[in-house]
Amino acid sequence: MKISSLAITQKGPPVHDNKLVQITLRVLQSVPSIIGIVVISFALTRALPGDPAVYFAGDIADEESIQLIREQLGLNRSWLEQLGIYAANLVQGNLGMSLNTGRPVSEELLERLPASLELTLFGLGLAIIVAVPLGILAATRPGSWVDQLCRILVTAGVSVPTFFTGLLLIYIFYYLLGWSPSPLGRLDILYLSPPQVTGFYLVDSLLAKDIETFWAAFKQLLLPAITLGLFALAPLARMTRGAMLNALGSEYVRTARANGLSQTTILITYALKNASLPILTVLGMVFSFLLGANVLVEKVFSWPGIGSFAIEALIASDYAAVQGFVLCMALLFVVVNLIIDVILTLIDPRITLES
Amino acid sequence: MNTVAPFIRHVKYVMSENLVTLFAFGLFIGLVVLAFLGPLIAPYDPLATNAVNALRPPSWAHPFGTDHLGRDVFSRVIVATQLDLGIAVAAVGISFIIGSALGCAAGFWGGWIDRIVGRVTDTVMAFPLFVLAMGIVASLGNSVENIIYATAIINLPFYSRVARSEVAIRRNAGYVQAAKLSGCSDVRILVTQLFPNILPPMMVQISLNMGWAILNAAGLSFIGLGVRPPDAEWGIMVAEGATYIVSGEWWLAMFPGLVLMLAVFCFNLLGDGLRDLVDPQRRT
Repeated sequence: MKISSLAITQKGPPVHDNKLVQITLRVLQSVPSIIGIVVISFALTRALPGDPAVYFAGDIADEESIQLIREQLGLNRSWLEQLGIYAANLVQGNLGMSLNTGRPVSEELLERLPASLELTLFGLGLAIIVAVPLGILAATRPGSWVDQLCRILVTAGVSVPTFFTGLLLIYIFYYLLGWSPSPLGRLDILYLSPPQVTGFYLVDSLLAKDIETFWAAFKQLLLPAITLGLFALAPLARMTRGAMLNALGSEYVRTARANGLSQTTILITYALKNASLPILTVLGMVFSFLLGANVLVEKVFSWPGIGSFAIEALIASDYAAVQGFVLCMALLFVVVNLIIDVILTLIDPRITLES
Repeated sequence: MNTVAPFIRHVKYVMSENLVTLFAFGLFIGLVVLAFLGPLIAPYDPLATNAVNALRPPSWAHPFGTDHLGRDVFSRVIVATQLDLGIAVAAVGISFIIGSALGCAAGFWGGWIDRIVGRVTDTVMAFPLFVLAMGIVASLGNSVENIIYATAIINLPFYSRVARSEVAIRRNAGYVQAAKLSGCSDVRILVTQLFPNILPPMMVQISLNMGWAILNAAGLSFIGLGVRPPDAEWGIMVAEGATYIVSGEWWLAMFPGLVLMLAVFCFNLLGDGLRDLVDPQRRT
């Protein structure tokens, strides 16, 4: 804040307000995406073969309740009206009922979302911790063994199917070495899940000051998170290396070197700060892939998240549940992109309204 | 044609300079041979069960071991090549054709066509793509064709974006204006003048995309979509083998997984090599 108030120029509006306007505009820009997502998920629910009302009513429904559902969904009205009803239902958080469990889809998703988020965020965190330093090292020593390692990891990372990495890790660390607990769920049956506050077991167990449960949950989380992390590592390391190479080759870094600044100052304050913009941009894309990979990892590790829920629903032809899941993931992705763009706007003084 | 000879020389140069690309090319030929001749080469019937011989570790008779029904994993892995590559080729083919048509139109005419195509591709990209593929398969029905359509739809934006930007740079090029002056229609210019010129970057996109399409299709069948159990396919073989990993029967899942990885690896390397050929400036 201090810097931005200092940077107020005489001509233009205060930088401060400018950023606020930009962020508001960026938030508004996500409205068309959300509309597009709603339209596509509506189209997906209507693309079902046969009468959607019969599907949504379930196997045991009689003619009367099918008729009721038909009216609820507005299937006897025009497409546009149906879309309106669909959107109105969404705004109220009504995603329909899950045939599998007999409960509202939104409840099911909300209940399982923390498990998936904990896994995804932890995996992403691991990937960032490894990928960024690796990329920086590779960029500062092109052609060295670190650079070669980075290249191998990057190429292998995009070629190895996540489910395969997961199984390999289970075989090595559970079967051969016996280091990790059995790959079934978030917590061994011996432990009780911590009292729910955030839904993240790691956080909740710490809040409850239950170190033992924390370790148990941590051990359980480690393998699936590493699996996801290895997958996210490749694009992040690649982008870090590229962006750092770019920044290190720039004139401002040359000037900084000529002025005799220390290597650390040049690397961190000059190069990394500039390289962080493309890295953050690629982070959005990585998140999109992670949300997909998450489904596969959840299946491999029997993780009780929304991915497992969606797979069960898919196998049982529980359409409302699957479409609710797709919609939920898409909205999550929009929010993540929005957050990344807001951060970009905040840290990059070059992004202005004109551009 | 005097433009072809230097290109071939260039190809030879890149291949000899870059052994990795040569290796990938060899691997690619191997995969194509397996895809076409797989059923003839496979030593056993991929569907023949033999309960007495179930869950045997790799041996001379069964190089990749046998699965829980006594089927030969090696034969199944070989035969699966056809289905896996088939799905990927079909999906990439569909998205290449439709994507380049949409992208060319958007880049050439601009205006409302561009806006609509742009909006549609943006909306598809707003979804996590694998998740969207799951939703599409759920809606269209659980079958191999629908796996192909789903994979094609999620790949479409990449092709239409590349085609759009490549056409947009060239739409006022000298040869396009010459064609216009000699009275060619817009469509004719697009098909005979612009499309051949944007083919090289599109080919790179195809090669980079193939690996991803294979991964995607295998991922979908891993979670139980598309391919039905007795059929041999890498993703479903890994899924079937997954339950035996915890009891130490690693060969069921590892071998199909490794071959899947090798195939994806091959296409990714090939894509990088092809990009070096087409666009030396973007070398990494």
